[in-house]
Amino acid sequence: MERDDSDERGGLSLAEEGGEIRAVVTGALGLRELPELQEQLARLEAPRAVTFDLSDAQRIDTGIAWALLRARDRLAEAGARTEITGAQGAVAQILDTVREGLPKPQEEPAPERGLRAALVRLGETVAGGAQSFLGFLGLLGLFVARLLGAVVRPREFRLTALLHHCQAVGLQAVPIVALMAFLIGVVLAFQGAAQLRQFGAEVFVVDLIAISILRELGILLTAIIVAGRTASAFTAAIGSMKMREEIDAMRTLGIDPGHALIVPRVLALVLMLPILGLIANLAGIFGGALMSWIELGISPAMFMTRLAEGTDVTHAVVGLVKAPVFAVLIGVIGCRAGLGVGNTAESLGRMTSSAVVAAIFAVILADALFSIFFQQIGV
Amino acid sequence: MAETVIEVRGLRNQFGTHVVHDGLDLDVYRGEILGVVGGSGTGKSVLLRSITGLITPAAGSVRMLGTEMRGASEAELDALAERIGVMFQDGALFSSLTVCENVMVPLSNVEGLDARTREALARLKISLSGLPWNAGDKFPSELSGGMRKRAGLARALALDPEIVFLDEPTAGLDPIGAAAFDELIRGLSRALGLTVFLVTHDLDTLYATCDRIAVLAEKRVLVTGTLDDMLEVDHPWVREYFLGPRARAARDAIAAGHGRE
Ligand SMILES: Nc1ncnc2c1ncn2[C@@H]1O[C@H](COP(=O)(O)OP(=O)(O)OP(=O)(O)O)[C@@H](O)[C@H]1O
Ligand SMILES: [Mg+2]
Repeated sequence: MERDDSDERGGLSLAEEGGEIRAVVTGALGLRELPELQEQLARLEAPRAVTFDLSDAQRIDTGIAWALLRARDRLAEAGARTEITGAQGAVAQILDTVREGLPKPQEEPAPERGLRAALVRLGETVAGGAQSFLGFLGLLGLFVARLLGAVVRPREFRLTALLHHCQAVGLQAVPIVALMAFLIGVVLAFQGAAQLRQFGAEVFVVDLIAISILRELGILLTAIIVAGRTASAFTAAIGSMKMREEIDAMRTLGIDPGHALIVPRVLALVLMLPILGLIANLAGIFGGALMSWIELGISPAMFMTRLAEGTDVTHAVVGLVKAPVFAVLIGVIGCRAGLGVGNTAESLGRMTSSAVVAAIFAVILADALFSIFFQQIGV
Repeated sequence: MAETVIEVRGLRNQFGTHVVHDGLDLDVYRGEILGVVGGSGTGKSVLLRSITGLITPAAGSVRMLGTEMRGASEAELDALAERIGVMFQDGALFSSLTVCENVMVPLSNVEGLDARTREALARLKISLSGLPWNAGDKFPSELSGGMRKRAGLARALALDPEIVFLDEPTAGLDPIGAAAFDELIRGLSRALGLTVFLVTHDLDTLYATCDRIAVLAEKRVLVTGTLDDMLEVDHPWVREYFLGPRARAARDAIAAGHGRE
């Protein structure tokens, strides 16, 4: 079975001989020649008898052998007399190997179609949604239970991990959060000024900036940035550990994944998000004050006075009270998605992006509920 | 003597200051099954990677199927890649594709093959590797370790290569599964005329499949030869390896097997 370059490029030639077809295979044939060979073989029609003559074939590969055997079977099924002759040495061996190794299809039940299947899919989607909500509640419960457990038995608490995650989710997010809030403040002042100037009520731009940033925008936008940044990081970290069976290994070593992975991450978020929110508030007001000064000539001192007398501190409190709730939502959704990763690289990517979407959605939904709540109690 | 398909001369590999190979020479002949043995960390996987062009050696030359690897053009390397198949130590199947799709990946580079043919050829390779039909529709994570190895072999065989490189094909298999795999490798190599470069720790595999053995030690190929040659070699590691208790057991098993035939 030499495969020198001296092998002539093989082919199939068809000749008629007394009503029979003689298909002569010559030279060396491989995958490159397969498409052409298939085309030629497809032109053979029953019921004419066909003889495949392989005595001049120097070399064939399994693909060629498969195509020849399949053509023979097809013709034989249609009632033609067929024969494969002349195969020698390596060629015969490959033919035999392929003949013995031909895969035998197993019928799988065909997937259902139509209305019934659509209903089944709908039901499965709803059930899946409910299931992941239950999973979320379950993990939330686990987090609370482990946290309380750590209060009772402080030795189980992982301070180092907590500090590490505080740095990752808090400290390292400061620049992006501050920059974002600063720009929002600038935009608000700019847009507010343009509108309020029409009524000669420029000075109210201070109230506009202060209330909208302190109450809503500062914390909401911070939470959205953190959701994009941190929920995905949690999912990727926990998910890749899950993929490599590290979490199973932890369990067998008596390490509780709740203690080791979930409590430090979620708690770090709960501690850090209010601080990030506060930073965002300050940066936003700074941006607003700067823009008011440039655009409207409201000096920083005047801005501060107006801020102190026109804006109640409850606005800031109302804003920051939401932070821990957002933090728990983001953290638990991120960890939960990580634990839901299967063992393929693709599922890791899918869970990561769905964690981000779910976390941002949950944050906005919670914010809407908070608005209604505060409206009702009149704060 | 048969044609030389792989010719390694003066190969040197190093990572930082850690020299793995120095002045390594090796020849592989067409149609043989060459077993490469050596202690853990002696650089068997690195040797495989430098022959297949996955890492560029620090010095020396590798000539495969008449192509000098160093300085070969992109097109030459592509052509060469179709003539070899590699099965990695841990399978390296694409986890997001089914087994059948995994085997179809190399076939998708061949012009003119329609999708049905590609799938049929992939199914053929899966079947030749001894996997049942429905394994083709499963994802690698749904298979057992032994089935994953067979799937890796099916993918390595997808293009009917002339040389296949197998990195520890039987590691982690139960003895019966490993014996079946040995048989499969030997059978396929004989039937398809494959040249096999087989890295292994498994003495049974060596005894059952290999025509020739190359021992890696002291940063080079210490000796090559048949099993009987190995028993004559006077080197502590080689003696320990081929004359140790486990080697004796493997040899006895083979002898007993031959006795029964
Ligand atoms: N990418 C790399 N970077 C640095 N060192 C490496 C790298 N790959 C391999 N090595 C080193 O090269 C040496 C040989 O490694 P190799 O994987 O070839 O061993 P092996 O003989 O295949 O061992 P095993 O039988 O355990 O698979 C080892 O000492 C390893 O630390
Ligand atoms: Mg190795």
